[in-house]
Amino acid sequence: MTIKSLGNPFDGDRALTHSKQCGCTECKSTGARADVDVRSPILTDRAQQDLVADGGDSEAMLDRAIESAVVRSVFGHNDHSRRSFMKMIGAGSAAALIASVFPMEKAKAAVKESMGKLEKSRLNVGFVPITCATPIIMASPLGFYEKYGLDVTITKTAGWAVARDKSLAGEYDASHMLTPMPLAISMGVGSTPEPYIMPAVENINGQAIVLHNDHKDKRDPKQWKGFKFGVPFEYSMHNFLLRYYLAENGIDPDKDVQIRVVPPPEMVANLRAGNLDGYLSPDPFNQRAVWEKVGFIHLLTKDIWEGHPCCAFACSQKFATQNPNTYGALLRSILDATQYSNNHDNRKEIAAAIAPKNYLNQPVQVIEQVLTGYYADGLGEIKNVPNRIDFDPFPWHSMGVWILTQMKRWGYVEGDLDYKGIAEQVYLAGETGKIMADMGISVPDKTYKNHVIMGKTFDPDKAEEYTRSFTIGRV
Amino acid sequence: MASLNVRAALLSISFLILVLGLWEMSTQPPKAQENMTEYEMLMGGVEQESRVPPPSAVFKLAWEELSDPFYDAGPNDKGIGIQLAYSVSRVLAGFVAAMAIALPVGFLIGMSPLMYKALNPYIQLLRPISPLAWMPLALFIIQDSNASAIFVIFICSIWPMLLNTAFGVANVRQDWINVARTHELSNVRTALTVILPAAAPTILTGMRISIGIAWLVIVAAEMLVGGTGIGYYVWNEWNNLDLTAVIFSIVMIGIVGMILDLVLSKAQKLAEYTE
Repeated sequence: MTIKSLGNPFDGDRALTHSKQCGCTECKSTGARADVDVRSPILTDRAQQDLVADGGDSEAMLDRAIESAVVRSVFGHNDHSRRSFMKMIGAGSAAALIASVFPMEKAKAAVKESMGKLEKSRLNVGFVPITCATPIIMASPLGFYEKYGLDVTITKTAGWAVARDKSLAGEYDASHMLTPMPLAISMGVGSTPEPYIMPAVENINGQAIVLHNDHKDKRDPKQWKGFKFGVPFEYSMHNFLLRYYLAENGIDPDKDVQIRVVPPPEMVANLRAGNLDGYLSPDPFNQRAVWEKVGFIHLLTKDIWEGHPCCAFACSQKFATQNPNTYGALLRSILDATQYSNNHDNRKEIAAAIAPKNYLNQPVQVIEQVLTGYYADGLGEIKNVPNRIDFDPFPWHSMGVWILTQMKRWGYVEGDLDYKGIAEQVYLAGETGKIMADMGISVPDKTYKNHVIMGKTFDPDKAEEYTRSFTIGRV
Repeated sequence: MASLNVRAALLSISFLILVLGLWEMSTQPPKAQENMTEYEMLMGGVEQESRVPPPSAVFKLAWEELSDPFYDAGPNDKGIGIQLAYSVSRVLAGFVAAMAIALPVGFLIGMSPLMYKALNPYIQLLRPISPLAWMPLALFIIQDSNASAIFVIFICSIWPMLLNTAFGVANVRQDWINVARTHELSNVRTALTVILPAAAPTILTGMRISIGIAWLVIVAAEMLVGGTGIGYYVWNEWNNLDLTAVIFSIVMIGIVGMILDLVLSKAQKLAEYTE
C-alpha cells in the first residue's frame, strides 16, 4: 500500500483527481513518479529525500489536504480550470493571491485544533523486542508520538503472556500483541474475558521457519516426524501457520511433532542446545540463528501466505472509549509510523534506530538483513526478498475470520462461532479505514477478501465450511 | 615466614590468575579476517562456532559499565548501578514487609504451643511452594508488576524468618522466663526484654537465610516481569545473546548478594552472647 499523498494543488501539471502514485497513462506522462521502484535497495539520496519530503510527513500531508480543499473550492472543484489558471499565473503568485483573501494558516491551525484535546498525554505502551514491533518502537526515537502531542514510554516486555497480563492490569495503555491475541482475550480464551480492540495490524509477512544446521538434508517436511518445534505463543500466527504448513504436508502437529511455547529471545539458545529442532518465530531471531551459525532459514512465511498478518497494535475497548482523542492521536501516530516503516527507503535508517539496547538490543547488521530483505540464508546463499517483511495497518476482517477458523480447527475454541461478528467487533477495519483515508493513505474499499494460503483459497463467507474442510484437524 | 593468612591470600590469588589465564587462552577469537565475501559479512564473519568470551572482554565491559553506572538512556536502557538499586530496593521492601509479619507471628507461635499446632499445617503447606509459582496469581490480583515482584520477595522471605523466630522463642531457657515471672514482668515486657534478646541470634539467622533467598528470587522475578532491575538486565543481554554482559552481571549479582549477607552477619555477631 502506498501513500496517496495529495498532489500539490498549486501545480498546474498535477491532476488532483488522481492519486499521487496513480498508474494511469495520464499521470505517467505528466511525470508523476508513478512507477519509481521504491523497493529497489539502491536509490539515490536525492530520490530518497524526495520521497520522504513528499510522503513521509503527515503534518505536511494535513497542510496539503487543507490547501487542496481550499484551492479546489475556489475553482468550484473544476480541475481543468484550476490547472490552466495555475499554469498561467504560477504557483507562487496563486498561493499569495489566495492567502490574501483566505487565512490559510489559521484554517490549518483550526483543523488541527478540532482534532480535540488529549485526555491523557503520558502513555505506556508495551512491546516485545522483535522486528514486528518496528512501527511501535521506531515511533519513539523518530518522534512520531511527539508529533501527535503524546509522551509515550515504550516498555520492553519479556513475552506475550506478560504483555497480556500487564495490558489487562492496565499498566499498559496499549500494547504490541499478536493478531490472534485480541480475539482470544475478547472471547476469554486463555485469559479473563475483556473486550479488546485491534485498530491496526503492525506487520505483514516477516516470519520464518528456521531449522537446526543438523537438518540441512531434511528440507522435506515429511521427514520431520518427531521434531520439536518452538512457537512464541499459543494464540499466534506462528502457531497457526506452522500447524497449517505441517498439516498440508501430512504431518499432524499434535501427534507427529511436538510444538512448544518458547519466548522469542530464548529460541536461539534452545536451538543451539538441541532442545528444539526448529521454530517458526519472529525476526530478528530467525536471522540471529543464521548469524550465530546455529540454524538456517528453511522458508519465509510469506511463502505460506503472501501478506499474512502477524503482530498487532491493540488496546482495551475501555481505553478507547474513555480517551477517544488520545486513542485517536495514538492510532494516528502508529498509522503514520507504519506507513513510514513500509517505505523501503527508510528501512536502513529504521534498522539503525531500533537496534540499540533501549529497543531490540541486537546487532544492526542482523536487523538490517531482516528489514531490507537482503540476507544470508545460512545455506551459503544470499537472498534478495525486498518484501520479506512489510508493514500494512489495515485490519482485514477476513484475516480475523481466518484466525478464528484455525482456533476452532485446532480445538482452542469449541462450539458454534460467530466468525464475522467477533472479527468485526475486534478488528476495527471500518474506523481505521476512515482515519487512514483522512490521513491520505489509500484504503481498500472492502473489509473482506479471499486469501490464498499454500494454493488453497479461503473464502470468509464460507468460514465454517472451511474449518471442516481439512483432513487433519480437531473438529 | 609470612603468616598463614598472607600465604593463603597469595595462593588464592595465584589460583585466580591461573584459572583466568587458562580461560583467556582457550577463548581467543581468531584473527579478524580481511576480504570477507559478502555472504560472510552477512553471516557476521567466518568463525564457525560461537565461544565463551575471554575474561579480558568481561573486564573491559565491567570497566565501561562501572565507570558510568548511573546513566539513564531511556526506559529500557539504564546503567548497572540503577538496575542494582531497583533490585535492592525491591528486595528490601519485600524483606521489611515479611519481617513486619514474620516476627510477631513467630513470637506468637513460639510462645503458644496451641497456636503452633494450629498454624503449623498451613506453614508446612505454603513453605515449599516456589515463590515464582505465585507470580501469575500475584500479577492477576495485585494488577501491578512492580508490586507483584515485591510480593514474591515477601512470600519467599517470610518462612525462614517465621520458623526461626518461632524456634528461637520456643527455646529460650525456661529459667530466664521464670526469673522474669518472679519479677512480675508483664507478658509484653517479658517478650521484649527477656525473650527477644535471648532469641535474637536465631532470629537473625533466619533473616540471613531469608535475604539470601530473596536475592536469589529477585533475579528470576525480574526476568519474568521485565522493566527494571538486575534480572531484567540479564534478560535483556540474553536477548542479545551477549554472554560477556551476562558473565559481568553474574559477578555483580554475586557481589551484591555477598554484601547483603555480610551486613546481616555483622548484625548477627552483635546479637550473639555467651551464657
